[in-house]
Amino acid sequence: MSLLAFFQWCEQSGIGAAIRRSSWLFPVIEAIHLLGLGMIGGAVLVVDMRLLGLGLRRQSLAQLARDAQRWLIGSLIVMIITGTLLFLSEAIKCYYHAAFWMKMASLFLAIVFTFTVQRKVTRAEEARMSPVWSKVVALVSVALWSGVGIGGRWIGFS
Amino acid sequence: MGDSSWSTGLHESRYAYDLIESVHVWALCLFFGLAVMFDLRLLGWTMRSIPVSEVARRLLPWTAVGFVVMVISGALLFSAIPLRSYQNIFFRAKMIMLVLAGLNVWIFHSGVYRRVTTWDLDRITPKAARVAGALSLVLWICIVLSGRMIAYNWFDCDRQPQPAIINFLTSCVPDGSDH
Repeated sequence: MSLLAFFQWCEQSGIGAAIRRSSWLFPVIEAIHLLGLGMIGGAVLVVDMRLLGLGLRRQSLAQLARDAQRWLIGSLIVMIITGTLLFLSEAIKCYYHAAFWMKMASLFLAIVFTFTVQRKVTRAEEARMSPVWSKVVALVSVALWSGVGIGGRWIGFS
Repeated sequence: MGDSSWSTGLHESRYAYDLIESVHVWALCLFFGLAVMFDLRLLGWTMRSIPVSEVARRLLPWTAVGFVVMVISGALLFSAIPLRSYQNIFFRAKMIMLVLAGLNVWIFHSGVYRRVTTWDLDRITPKAARVAGALSLVLWICIVLSGRMIAYNWFDCDRQPQPAIINFLTSCVPDGSDH
């Protein structure tokens, strides 16, 4: 099955069709998707700002990262469920939309980066971590997650 | 206002409107995300080992920055479609809830937060603080939801007939002719 055929199959799925038929389902799912985005923003930013030396700084980074991670994973789950539903309702449009592919690439990179490189930094002993490296990691994280959010917003613009 | 060249330019521009909306969404992550983290702290659901006053001192200035960007970008978005927004029921609900959220902030800061040093690390925060956190959480969630709904206005003045109550709430005057 080619990729396009898969997208067509998604578009023709019962769920996708049901969302398209309803005048309110898409907006409501999209609004929940937006709430999840805001929540991810908070969970990502408290940690990245800590790494940048902004915001919280007196507490251990490891503890803060653990606290934030729970909310990050929770909101990621909400995002993936609502995002999949939105996608099913307009898969063909997504296939031909550059913003969709940009978003998926950023999302993949953001998740991999957060749970590998960044996790290593937040769990390392802070005294041994170069401050420059911490800041670079934080900036990359903010950039990748911003790419996800803004890319997502641009799927809606034709 | 809608007839000004500024409004028309923004409305018809290929990218300006989309860009401002992207800024609005980005600032939402900063403002809403950090405000939610603070509310969750007030409820005792996260960062319990960090004193409330510390979270407030370090995070709230950033929510203020986010809020300023939200207001500026929001005002620009409004200026592109002023009349439609003004008569939009979701826009009106959002503005009312913004006022309520502001009141909640004011009551919290002039009330229980003044004594924060006495409950900074309590395992269970005072009831007034939990109520403020919960109210804030619910209000901001509803504000984001209604903000998103402004773009899908099922109750637009041009989509008549609408129930009389809707036309009353949106100050619409249906002219009876078909559009």
